[in-house]
Amino acid sequence: MKKILTIISTLVLAVLLSACGAKEDTVKFGVIGPLTGDYSMYGIAVENGAKLAAAELNADGGVLGKTLEIIAYDSKGEATEGVNAYNRLRDQDEVNALIGGTFSGVTLAVKQLAVEDGMPVLSPTATNPDVTLNAANVFRACYTDSYQGSVAAVFAADSLSATNVAVMYNRDDAYSQGLAQAFMDEFDARSLSYTAFEFGATDDDYSAILTNIKSGGYDAVFLPAYVAEVGKALTQADALGLEMPFIGGDGWDGIEADYAAVAEGNYFANHYAKTDESEVIQDFVANYTEEYGEAPNALAALAYDAVYAMAAAMEDAGSTDYEAVVAALTALDYQNAVTGSIKFDSNGDPIKSITIIKVVEGIHVVETKIDAS
Amino acid sequence: MELFINQLINGLNTGSIYALVAIGYTMVYGIIRLINFAHGEIMMFGSYFAFIFAYMMPFELPFVAIIVIAMVFAALMGMLIERIAYKKLRTAPRISALITAIGMSLFLQNLAQLIFGATPKVMHPLVSTEPVVILGYNISLLTLLTIGLSIFFMVVLTLFVRKTKPGKAMRAVSQDKEAAILMGINVNKIISLTFAIGSALGALGGIFYAMAYSNVEPTLGVMPGLKAFIAAVFGGIGNITGAMIGGYLIGIIETMVKAYISSKWVDAIVFGLLIVILLFKPSGLLGKNVKEKV
Repeated sequence: MKKILTIISTLVLAVLLSACGAKEDTVKFGVIGPLTGDYSMYGIAVENGAKLAAAELNADGGVLGKTLEIIAYDSKGEATEGVNAYNRLRDQDEVNALIGGTFSGVTLAVKQLAVEDGMPVLSPTATNPDVTLNAANVFRACYTDSYQGSVAAVFAADSLSATNVAVMYNRDDAYSQGLAQAFMDEFDARSLSYTAFEFGATDDDYSAILTNIKSGGYDAVFLPAYVAEVGKALTQADALGLEMPFIGGDGWDGIEADYAAVAEGNYFANHYAKTDESEVIQDFVANYTEEYGEAPNALAALAYDAVYAMAAAMEDAGSTDYEAVVAALTALDYQNAVTGSIKFDSNGDPIKSITIIKVVEGIHVVETKIDAS
Repeated sequence: MELFINQLINGLNTGSIYALVAIGYTMVYGIIRLINFAHGEIMMFGSYFAFIFAYMMPFELPFVAIIVIAMVFAALMGMLIERIAYKKLRTAPRISALITAIGMSLFLQNLAQLIFGATPKVMHPLVSTEPVVILGYNISLLTLLTIGLSIFFMVVLTLFVRKTKPGKAMRAVSQDKEAAILMGINVNKIISLTFAIGSALGALGGIFYAMAYSNVEPTLGVMPGLKAFIAAVFGGIGNITGAMIGGYLIGIIETMVKAYISSKWVDAIVFGLLIVILLFKPSGLLGKNVKEKV
């Protein structure tokens, strides 16, 4: 216990001292994410992405002629820890803007405080629809669940010419449901037909549903779920001899690691493709891999873009004044981002293109990019 | 009609797995009147054994060898568990043995988590999943193998219990342990044999389960174990044929509910049916109503 106390007090002292040492000629962005615990892979990706962007910006002259500093605090994925982190960032570090939180839950908890303070907030990865509602100063860099679902529907209808689709979703998961609902709404709007098939979180056996889908003669199957479920479903679909293509969302990211054979020829929507040949993406992937020894995931890319977008807004505003930066963010049109151009709608949600990836021989191949309709 | 038959094949596939696991529950209950709650975990370990011998060995083994080795290891494990945890409690009140079985189940789950980690391991089917066309129906080789091997082992088991000497001894022990001892039957050996056979079949069920759903994880045995237990009760616990019928019935009902009603209703309908059956036939479909001796 004593040891832990000593460590904590040393750490606190170190942080305090470093805060004292910070000069006036720095611009500071706070980052909040789960840096330890079960979800640390997400928070660390966000921190790494943000720090890479800051290093590049600094090498290029910084923001407003000052050095950009990223200060990342651990939320452990919990709302209370997130609020503590926010208070520290605001009072102790006096950050100029917040790139966070990483999770929707933490971001929602921090949101009220940020609205009162007027601090510019750009969450890289919080997808919950409520995050940006009724908060003029809160923005996000990722698209929402429903946006992703409707883009998948646009892809199915326009690119695959599907007129009758089976929508297979996990009724116990808000993400899966959100995407499925948006997909079906888009199909309703286009008067195309679909049939919904629900499964539960504890189901392992999808063969009954898949057999029904097979005999229904659908053009495609929309399966918005995470890799664990998608892998099982695709394996069983393969065994049952389903021929039609499957379409998924960003929950499919990483499917090629364990299920390359059964995922072959299927499509999913993602924030960006590692194999995209555009220069900005290849540079990002190369720099990130060199710096951290692993290929970046979508979260790292979103955090990287969020830092660049926030920096661009500050340059536009010509100062770090909260109100001016928020106004600049509202008007921002940041092209050339890794995850597609960033431009915000009236809520603060991005209007951006979505990359549709096809799995070919275990590699992500960019099938098409779909812009907001 | 074609759809119905396809769904029936799906039902037979899951039913085979339930039946294999249910046999273990019913045999152990028949012989020492113990509901071996650790049986689902033996099923899980069986699939891990297969996983180890399929993917973590420096040499490649044929599918049949992997199955046989995993079944042998599971059989040894079942006998070991009986020796360590249940043997001393044979004369203790039944509730003590039951609690021990639950404890054993939790222990094995956590042991698996410690050894293999909590993250599910991906287990690709070890046989081709390419559909084979039979009478115009597409059936995957894995499904054929699951149904075929299950039925094969059940027939072998039935013949073994009915026709061989150890089988006869097994039936004798389950009818009256004391009288069996007087007849010169080595009861300890027979009980070990029962655990070995039950565990090996449970492991086979686990391997098919893991291959069908491409996953091996420490909690793999929980749900199918519970369903198989229900199948055993459904068919009349203690009765081997009953366990097989119960397993197939539950598998088919589950699939049909998923296919024609909704996956939401599966558990409600399966468990509801169990309650109805037990209300009208408390000893299960094939169970005999044996009066307890006082």
